Amino acid sequence: MSRLLTLENVSFAYDRRRVVRDLSFSIDEGDYLAIIGENGSGKTTLLRGLLGLKEPVSGTITRSEALKAYRIGYLPQQIPEQRDFPATVREIVLSGRLNRHGFVSFYTKEDRREADRAMERLALEPLQKRSFRELSGGQRQRVLLARAMVASSGLLLLDEPVAGLDPIVSHDFYRLIRELNEDGVTIVMVSHDIHCVTKNSDHVLHLGYGHYYFGTTEAYMESELVASYLPGEERGHA
Amino acid sequence: MSFFLDFFSYGFLLRALLGGALVALCASLLGTSLVLTRYAMIGDGLSHVAFGALALAMALSAAPLAVAIPVVMAAAFLLLRLSDSSRIRGDAAIAMLSSASMAVGVIVISLSSGMNTDLHSFMFGSILSMSRGDLILAVILSLAVTLLFTLSYNNLFAVTFDENFARASGVRAGLWNALLAVLASVTVVLGMRIMGAILISSLIIFPPLSAMRLSGSFKGVTLISAAASLVCFVSGLFLSYALDLPSGPVIVMVNVLCFSLFSLVRFIRSRRPAPDLTPDP
Ligand SMILES: Nc1ncnc2c1ncn2[C@@H]1O[C@H](COP(=O)(O)OP(=O)(O)OP(=O)(O)O)[C@@H](O)[C@H]1O
Ligand SMILES: [Mg+2]
Repeated sequence: MSRLLTLENVSFAYDRRRVVRDLSFSIDEGDYLAIIGENGSGKTTLLRGLLGLKEPVSGTITRSEALKAYRIGYLPQQIPEQRDFPATVREIVLSGRLNRHGFVSFYTKEDRREADRAMERLALEPLQKRSFRELSGGQRQRVLLARAMVASSGLLLLDEPVAGLDPIVSHDFYRLIRELNEDGVTIVMVSHDIHCVTKNSDHVLHLGYGHYYFGTTEAYMESELVASYLPGEERGHA
Repeated sequence: MSFFLDFFSYGFLLRALLGGALVALCASLLGTSLVLTRYAMIGDGLSHVAFGALALAMALSAAPLAVAIPVVMAAAFLLLRLSDSSRIRGDAAIAMLSSASMAVGVIVISLSSGMNTDLHSFMFGSILSMSRGDLILAVILSLAVTLLFTLSYNNLFAVTFDENFARASGVRAGLWNALLAVLASVTVVLGMRIMGAILISSLIIFPPLSAMRLSGSFKGVTLISAAASLVCFVSGLFLSYALDLPSGPVIVMVNVLCFSLFSLVRFIRSRRPAPDLTPDP
């Protein structure tokens, strides 16, 4: 198991207001890390930091050589609301392969094959000629997921991927991610669905305001934090 | 037939036709991207800035394009910067900049000689004003734009659809936005010759919006927008010549007609009963 990413005392801020403070943890190849935490605790900000879209204000993020060779797949929590954007499902899924091309960006046969495969796995084939603007919220989520899957080779960052999916699709989705993880893909998943995500993950990062927890899933499930995160009625089950 | 013979026997008309068509093509291609991002009104803003810059150039008796193009480019960068910082909304930034430069333009005009014919033609456009130099610039611009759109079409799609994802994929989105702004600036300044400062933004806005009535794919919209823009421009120019009306407004009206027509097609399509009502998976 080699180390992919190491964070040391990393903080992020918007306009000098810190949202994540002195975070230290690391991700190994093949890990399945669940990120849990209240709304606004900085989960999305952290993922953007891992992607290099946001620079930390202090601390260091060390990326291994192996990671630099990887293609990262990313499922954003929200894409900017574009009411009337004309784009077909196929066009969007294919765009995940752009990280393999430079300025001249023609898709290859392999790109198309990968896109077909991802659409098949997410049952998107019948929709592939349809326009994104005509899809339901859950269907859109599946399209963006397929895009993240074709983009990734090695590391997949997912920001609340099952939000808006129906129970069957989300169950299948968790299975799919587990399979990818078993094939060696490193998974980092933000989720509020603590029960489902901890069933699969091997590590948990719990972000709170000004504090955090990082450890294995087993240790986390025994800790006080789980109880503090769930509302009253559910504490008994956790 | 003699109408067309007449038309083509005038060199300036041929120049206007060729140069204008090339500019219309560029405007529609760039417009597809601009309309779909938060920069839909950038063409409008830039044309007002160009107006201010041209007024200044007249007052200083400097070469109009040599002043206007750099000033408009600087404005385009400023607009991108302002809306990136997200403290001011993009459309608000554009509105501020366009009224400010309109004001500068009008003040400069009244301080100097007053409204001369050149300036009038910049505001309302004239079929006569496309010079040989403009034509050459239009050819270079359209080569650059079509090359960009063919070689890097997929990057452009990614930046337009989801800038953050494009960045995470290693597409230099900032560079792309800057490139689009530069090309849009040149397009606006050139297009003003025929369309006028007030109407040039219609070449950027109408074709993509019309195309979006007909197609739900990015490729479809790009192609239809380019084709519609060319057809509207050429037929508008002929029409204005035949009816002896100013070319800019006639071209805009042809675009309005095209938009209405496409909207009607969409309406009729949506009224047709669906062939198959099984739910999607
Ligand atoms: N673009 C921004 N500008 C300023 N502040 C921001 C911005 N984005 C997020 N924040 C602030 O940073 C904090 C963390 O936001 P973030 O989106 O990372 O939270 P999150 O943990 O992903 O929340 P959620 O569970 O709701 O998705 C919040 O307090 C939010 O107000
Ligand atoms: Mg979030």
